[in-house]
Amino acid sequence: MTELNRSRAVASAGDPAPAPEPKKRSQKDASLWMDTWRSLRKNPWFLISTVLLLVMITMALFPQLFATHDPRECFLGRSRQEPSAEHWFGTDIQGCDYYTRVIYGAGNSIAVGVIVTSSILVFGSLLGLIAAYFGGWVDALLMRVTDLIFAIPYLLGALVFLAVQQDRNVWDVAFILIVFTWPTMARLMRGSVFSVIHNDYVTAARALGAGPVTIMRRHIVPNALGPVVGYAAVYTGIIIGAEATLTFLGVGLQLPAISWGLQLNDAQNYLQQMPHLLTFPLIFVAITVFAFTTMGEALRDALDPKSKKR
Amino acid sequence: MSLPNTESFDENAEVVLEVENLVKHFPVKEGLVFKRQTGAVQAVDGVSFQLRRGETLGVVGESGCGKSTLAKLLMRLEEPDSGSIRFRGQDFLAMRGEALRHMRRKIQIIFQDPYTSLNPRMSVGDIVAEPFKLHPEAKPAQGVRKRVKELLDVVGLDPDHINRYPHQFSGGQRQRIGIARGLALNPDVIICDEPVSALDVSVQAQVMNLLKDLQNEFGMSYIFIAHDLSVVRHISDQLAVMYLGRLVELGTDDELYGAPSHPYTQALLSAVPVPDPTLRGDREEIVLKGDPPNPANPPSGCRFRTRCWKATDICVTHDPELTVRPGVTQEVACHHAEPNTRVLPQEV
Amino acid sequence: MTTTPPSTPPASGPGAFASSGPLLEVKDLHVEFRTKSGVAQAINGLNFSLEAGETLAILGESGSGKSVTAQTIMGILDMPPGHIAGGEIRYRGQDLLAMKPEQRRLLRGVNISMIFQDALSSLNPVLPVGWQIAEMFRVHQKMKRKAARERAIGLMKRVGIPAPEQRVGDYPHQFSGGMRQRIMIAMAIALEPDVLIADEPTTALDVTVQAQVMRLLKDLQTENNMGLILITHDLGVVADVADKIAVMYAGRVMEASDVYEIYAKPGHPYTKGLLESLPRLDSAETRLNAIPGLPPSLTDMPTGCPFSPRCPYATDLCRNELPELLPIVGQHTSACHYRDDIYHGRLQTPEEAQT
Repeated sequence: MTELNRSRAVASAGDPAPAPEPKKRSQKDASLWMDTWRSLRKNPWFLISTVLLLVMITMALFPQLFATHDPRECFLGRSRQEPSAEHWFGTDIQGCDYYTRVIYGAGNSIAVGVIVTSSILVFGSLLGLIAAYFGGWVDALLMRVTDLIFAIPYLLGALVFLAVQQDRNVWDVAFILIVFTWPTMARLMRGSVFSVIHNDYVTAARALGAGPVTIMRRHIVPNALGPVVGYAAVYTGIIIGAEATLTFLGVGLQLPAISWGLQLNDAQNYLQQMPHLLTFPLIFVAITVFAFTTMGEALRDALDPKSKKR
Repeated sequence: MSLPNTESFDENAEVVLEVENLVKHFPVKEGLVFKRQTGAVQAVDGVSFQLRRGETLGVVGESGCGKSTLAKLLMRLEEPDSGSIRFRGQDFLAMRGEALRHMRRKIQIIFQDPYTSLNPRMSVGDIVAEPFKLHPEAKPAQGVRKRVKELLDVVGLDPDHINRYPHQFSGGQRQRIGIARGLALNPDVIICDEPVSALDVSVQAQVMNLLKDLQNEFGMSYIFIAHDLSVVRHISDQLAVMYLGRLVELGTDDELYGAPSHPYTQALLSAVPVPDPTLRGDREEIVLKGDPPNPANPPSGCRFRTRCWKATDICVTHDPELTVRPGVTQEVACHHAEPNTRVLPQEV
Repeated sequence: MTTTPPSTPPASGPGAFASSGPLLEVKDLHVEFRTKSGVAQAINGLNFSLEAGETLAILGESGSGKSVTAQTIMGILDMPPGHIAGGEIRYRGQDLLAMKPEQRRLLRGVNISMIFQDALSSLNPVLPVGWQIAEMFRVHQKMKRKAARERAIGLMKRVGIPAPEQRVGDYPHQFSGGMRQRIMIAMAIALEPDVLIADEPTTALDVTVQAQVMRLLKDLQTENNMGLILITHDLGVVADVADKIAVMYAGRVMEASDVYEIYAKPGHPYTKGLLESLPRLDSAETRLNAIPGLPPSLTDMPTGCPFSPRCPYATDLCRNELPELLPIVGQHTSACHYRDDIYHGRLQTPEEAQT
């Protein structure tokens, strides 16, 4: 079996790929990370999504820089106004400046996205890594658990669990989403580790007496993480959409929190009369999801070892 | 007969590695949930040999013969089912923990595929320095970086390329990096697992010469695993021919190439094309029937009998031992062992 | 024999070809790969011809352009990044490169056929092998299902697959590497092509199986009077089966000759170096005479002779001027400024000259 794989690997290492000696590359730093960076810099989609994300994240962290009003300064007297020079996006039912509300909504949405994705990236990857590295019953056990949770659609799971909870804040929503989405990362990482673990450099490290932690840290993770990181960025977009969906359905964040989902939820009753209440938060959700997804795709392309010349 | 091929090798040298009756079977399991064992691939089945200081033992055989598993067993990357490996008299298989870690310094490996044997995210300097990281007690006095540069120089690479990455090198150069890593801890034994079969012809010779030079300089022993009998001939002192997990013939280079006595060895030698069109038809051609049998279900008696033109009833019932037989100087595992000099073109 | 000059292009449609001239002729072929990192000159002016019943070996290392040659003749080169920058490939006098893709497709498998190194990835894993062989007859000869199956069984028997009646329904993974290679050969010769291109047909196989497959190819060639182009890096296999040989290096033919000539009296330092660096079964020499250095990068070709940086005999002439492929004696040609001296063994390296 391994013999066969070997001979095929050799075959692909031979002709027809002309293997020019890349001696002319810049001498100082030619690591694969630098190559990744170089190819990213040339990708226009990466540049666009970076700019969008920077704006969105700044908005999330420092909404006061963008806002024209205080988001809690609401006067029922100016409720439901059309967009105007004073109120760019108009005002909502409570008479709050809608532009300011939408800007402040970025914070919670992006917070949920980032918290969930970074948690499942760490936790899911770790489990996937352990499952793939140790194999045998460890793998079997972890993967059965993963499959079990994977079988539940995360929106359904979140709906059920969040519905029974009375008070829900950002952390509650994030926690439930983490519980139901980590299997994706675990599976992805497991597959990625499998494609790396049979390389001879891992065997070489074992032959030198390196322990599991050293091998994982130095040889497996740096080579296996690429595709997973790319997907994590895509996933952030998906999670932001999920948060908006849950909140819209009334099981996500609750008033007095400010979020795009809540705004959409409120707006649905006035769709006929006040379509702008729905349109503006929707555009922001779409841009954010688009930015994360495009960034993820760009990262994946740049990090994917298969697209690299060997 | 050719001159003895023993520049650096002394027949009375100390035995470095002694392998006895090594067995490794991989269970074949069936069933989705409740797996039960339905058989075993007899990857290595009773292999014994000795390796002396400064000596090269060539191990040849076709794919699936178990030569790569043998390499893994010798590196203790796989644990054998039974048998013993003694390294300078010490029981290698009994070693655990610190003793094992220490012993790993003494046996190193060079891989076949120069594209997968180097971590693409590490610089050449880090790759060659890794042995010192894992064995801090072996850190060179002059400093790791200096030693790494020295090693790169020894294997014929530019020491100034220490900060480059594997993808900036060609296949042959990468193989040199792998050799430098293998040399770092001054091992006594280096297992070369098909080190040149992935390389181009014109680069192959460079790497072969390098390996030979290093042996002359540092006096380590090699186990040289290959499928190409002509490559092995240039480097080995002793030769072992493997078929379906067993050694079928074991002897010195001169014995095996001069008077191959196992039918399988003869067939292997006869099948190697010789780059000389004038020899067409001069050699006895032995073209074997069929493919090697499934190692999970080897034939009874002699494992080669299903493809052997000499097979008789005794081959079905009695498993031939690897031993010196009448009329033959080397050890052969065949009831009908008989030297055959016609399969090989003789030197002019 | 007709006496029509070989250059006369036949005006008829596909299928009808003038039978004069060489079976296959490649003239001044140029192929490049246009990639982000530059233009790689994979083939720079390739010339050769092939007659029926003849075996031409194209010998070269990775990056020499030998596989690109095969793909270009077959018309299966990936374009882009591949690009045919010039030249002609004449099959029975008609230029393949000037043909319409549809016209060319009709030739593929019928007149010119190819076998690959990796049989496992060349066969469809979800279809029985018998079906895959029979498909050749069904598609190209509009044969009925049953008759095609019979022909497939016959072919499987011919290429040496034991019990073909039972194995005709088996899938590729149920066969060993050698057997798969035989199946691919069966498919390639099914429609009795005139030209068979074999790209490293035995490289992935074990030595003992290699010999079987090579012998089979040779037998089939004689039987069908095919022109065989054997693409390989193995000087040993070439010596065993080839009639003519073309040695490629950096996309050029360095030397071409009758096989006996080239092994006995190489006319190019590269060929000479290859032959000397080869580990040989019939020699126990410990040191091999390695060729120093590495093949040049195809995107950054040296000026002058591409082999000059590695050549022990190179002079300033070699480093500045590209040598043409010119005859030494008869059909023996070499692209070396000092081809006659190499051929007669008169050339000395600078070191030798000093002592």
